[in-house]
Amino acid sequence: MFDIDFWREVFQSIDKNRTRSLLSGFTVAFAILLFTVLFGLANGLNNTFSEAFVDDAANSIFIRSGRTTKAHKGLQAGRRIQFKNEDFNYIKSNFEPSIEFITSRIYRNVVASYKNEKNNYLLRAVHPDHQFLEKTMISKGRYLNQLDMQNRTKVIVIGDLVRQDLFLKEKDIVGNYINLSGISYKVVGVFKDDGGDDEERIIYMPLTTAQNIYGNNDYVDQINLTYNPVLDLNQAIDFGLELEKQLKARFTVAKNDQRAIRISNMAMQNKGINQMTSVLGILILIIGFGTLIAGVVGISNIMIFIVKERTKEIGIRKAIGASPKSIISIILVESVFITTLAGYFGLLIGMGLLEWASPHLKAYFITDPSVSQNLVLVATFTLITAGAIAGYLPAKKASLIKPIVALRDE
Amino acid sequence: MLKIEKLHKSYPIGDSSLHVLKGIDLFVEKGEMVAIMGSSGSGKSTLLNIIGMLDEADEGNYTLDEVPIKNLSEKKAAIYRNKFLGFIFQSFNLINYKNALENVALPLYYQGLKRTRRQEKAKFYLEKVGLLGWASHLPSELSGGQNQRVAIARALASNPKLLLADEPTGALDSTTSYDIMAFLQQLNDEGKTLLIVTHEQDIANMCKRIVRLKDGLIMEDNFVKQQRAIADV
Repeated sequence: MFDIDFWREVFQSIDKNRTRSLLSGFTVAFAILLFTVLFGLANGLNNTFSEAFVDDAANSIFIRSGRTTKAHKGLQAGRRIQFKNEDFNYIKSNFEPSIEFITSRIYRNVVASYKNEKNNYLLRAVHPDHQFLEKTMISKGRYLNQLDMQNRTKVIVIGDLVRQDLFLKEKDIVGNYINLSGISYKVVGVFKDDGGDDEERIIYMPLTTAQNIYGNNDYVDQINLTYNPVLDLNQAIDFGLELEKQLKARFTVAKNDQRAIRISNMAMQNKGINQMTSVLGILILIIGFGTLIAGVVGISNIMIFIVKERTKEIGIRKAIGASPKSIISIILVESVFITTLAGYFGLLIGMGLLEWASPHLKAYFITDPSVSQNLVLVATFTLITAGAIAGYLPAKKASLIKPIVALRDE
Repeated sequence: MLKIEKLHKSYPIGDSSLHVLKGIDLFVEKGEMVAIMGSSGSGKSTLLNIIGMLDEADEGNYTLDEVPIKNLSEKKAAIYRNKFLGFIFQSFNLINYKNALENVALPLYYQGLKRTRRQEKAKFYLEKVGLLGWASHLPSELSGGQNQRVAIARALASNPKLLLADEPTGALDSTTSYDIMAFLQQLNDEGKTLLIVTHEQDIANMCKRIVRLKDGLIMEDNFVKQQRAIADV
């Protein structure tokens, strides 16, 4: 039920006691403002962290080989470890449930030419899964597929910068042929990559095609995979360690040989980052709750002061027939109204401040500082509830004072 | 219309208690104008506060217009105060951020009257006390006598059966005091029942009956010939 007279009473009380209203409003607005700004900055710091690792899938594991550095089981140090297709198949079949995507890689440097344009590029020969591992985005045509693998077709997918270098302003790239070190390949797709310019100066080719052309063997330079996302960080780290152990056994490499087989597991890095961000998160929570509690304490103090100040008025109102309920509701509604309005005001200023400061903060590792709407709602709601409770207790007490005692209050 | 029998009241002071009212019997008929006199500490204000339901008696019976006043809930007391009583205080007790009209209209708000009806009634009573021209003034912009008139208008607004005045002239100079008393006499002439606490003999003489309290008991209770305030001015 909307009672216009009741609201008139509330607004008159707010309007005629401006210092008091402004003071309590300021406390609330300031608490919410601080909360918004601090939370926003902390979020910005968090964003910077996560942005630094967008290039590759966050669950990647890279497996590289080198020369042994330690003699082991009668084999000399300095032996070269070479991965082959059978190793890829071994990993794929032995660790099936833990693997999301897997690909082999062969690296070559090639000279690519089209008509009069000519340049050096890095060639990666891969499995079709590679697209998901590298977060490659196809902008024209298609990526490599299983059919290309089976038929060892001479097809390639080129980076957008390769396209710009070789094709200049030509439009129909897909379906054209590029010469790589003397052999013609059909361009089936063009891709973009968030990893920067270097990642777009790459040419992809089916692994089998490359194996056929470069040495007619089944060698691979590197095996990349992503672990199944259902694994948590510790499980993923265990998986990487188990993989390393089995591969070292397979190639008769000493357990403590650091160079022969190297596995770099993003889960390890992520664990470090996660620890960092969770510490940051705890810090954010402490700061947030600290400001909120400060706000709540501020409101409580002001409410107690307000009720004290109004004791006489309450006595007068009671003497001329105000019920305890009407006394409580008028004080309570006044406090909730001020809290809500001021809270919203503080929120707007805080968000405006973040918006304004955002471009200047990039240099301080703070990216896109902002607060989620839910969080702000929760914070405002907390303050309103606190304001209501803080207002209710003294209001209730005031409503129970005998009018004669309240009237005597000077 | 007012019946009080064997009324007792004590206040705790530290470990002991102070026995303020030691068995008061008082009957007041409709249309009376009663002065309650006594030195300070005689219990006159306490008696008035109990009659005004601002305070509660420890013992004894109190009936107002056939309604027993006992063990009232806060809510009930609020309704009775609003319906039966009009208060006039020594220090006026107006709400300082409300103007004269709003102060007068406040009891009507608690009666649940519509705004236009409240304004209308409040204006009527302000005119009755001769302050309609000052309706939009705040208490701080009015003189003591004017403030007391606003307070009287407020007390009248809910059309109460009984007007209670606690030293109504205590904060006023004598000319203004007589002015206010003249007005209270006029109200009594119109049929209102008044109870006035005072320690000034000349004010008491303007009532029709003087009740003297001493140490919590009624010492004297006489009907007197009323002196008209206007003649003294």
